[in-house]
Amino acid sequence: MAETALTNSAQSPVLTPGWRGIADDWSSDQRAFKNVSWGKAMMWIFLLSDTFIFSCFLLSYMTARMSTTVPWPNPSEVFALEIAGHHIPLILIAIMTFVLISSSGTMAMAVNFGYRRDRTKTAVLMLLTAALGATFVGMQAFEWTKLIMEGVRPWENPWGAAQFGSSFFMITGFHGTHVTIGVIFLIAIARKVWRGDFDHGRRGFFTSRKGNYEIVEITGLYWHFVDLVWVFIFAFFYLW
Amino acid sequence: MANVAVHLEGHQPSLQTHVHDAVAAGAAHAKGQQHPIKLYLVVWGWLFVLSTFSYLVDYFHLHGYLRWSLILLFMMLKAGLIVAVFMHMAWERLALVYAILLPPVAVLVFVAIMVFESEYTHFIRALFFAAPA
Repeated sequence: MAETALTNSAQSPVLTPGWRGIADDWSSDQRAFKNVSWGKAMMWIFLLSDTFIFSCFLLSYMTARMSTTVPWPNPSEVFALEIAGHHIPLILIAIMTFVLISSSGTMAMAVNFGYRRDRTKTAVLMLLTAALGATFVGMQAFEWTKLIMEGVRPWENPWGAAQFGSSFFMITGFHGTHVTIGVIFLIAIARKVWRGDFDHGRRGFFTSRKGNYEIVEITGLYWHFVDLVWVFIFAFFYLW
Repeated sequence: MANVAVHLEGHQPSLQTHVHDAVAAGAAHAKGQQHPIKLYLVVWGWLFVLSTFSYLVDYFHLHGYLRWSLILLFMMLKAGLIVAVFMHMAWERLALVYAILLPPVAVLVFVAIMVFESEYTHFIRALFFAAPA
């Protein structure tokens, strides 16, 4: 501890593991997240706040659905599609789920290649992730169009409880917005990776500071979170 | 971190700078979440399988407690895999893990409150607003 005070370095070289480490990290009178950069810690804290926002949406939906005396429209039928003459329940949502999971897979590999400083593979995988995300948003636009054509509105729908429309547009709309922002974020960072900003130490446009490949992991955290939220929406909105 | 250190102590390229560089590099790069690609592919595969399972729950029209336990089980497994492996939570220090994962537990209390509330509302609505028989 005396050495730490003398050199004023950010951390002592050996970190305590386990439960004892939690107490040590938080009571060190320094930063609590020892081996995590501020960028990554801030992304995690932002995601935590976003968790509460989505929780509130899902909770309000649960409350509306449990307290109405009017039957709730059956999502299995509402989101069914006719494909090649076959009536398949919930198929569009299933495909959207697989598309989003695939994008999470490519993102995880992009992070890996980023830390290996393989900028071509990193950029290509990030752009592939962005393309899958854009596909997801496109399918969601199709889904919205279909439902609006069938007469679903935030205040009414042909099949049952009026709150179905408002819950649906609110929850999937907010999630779709997150995916769209994620796609923009991915393209912006992929461009930097492709250009070799993090290899040549090029300074950022806004920050005038050099970045590094950790930004790929931070972008990845956001992207995986979007996938994570979809897991809960899929379970609670579509499968209930 | 490395940049800051170099900036502040640029005029004296001393041991201090090296120490800072080493610390920053150690934090962000060298250890920077290196895992074999195979691990990600395996998790990806599991997420596909679990999603298929939860789709099949609906496809085969399972109902009641069986439906709910299966949906919640597959949901938690998927969420766990994404957070632990894709978001690297499994390799972070516990100080971060608990700071991020414990607060959402408070949401469960909120859920419990709203379940009571909506049951009460439903009861009142059924009592006063239900269509006369």
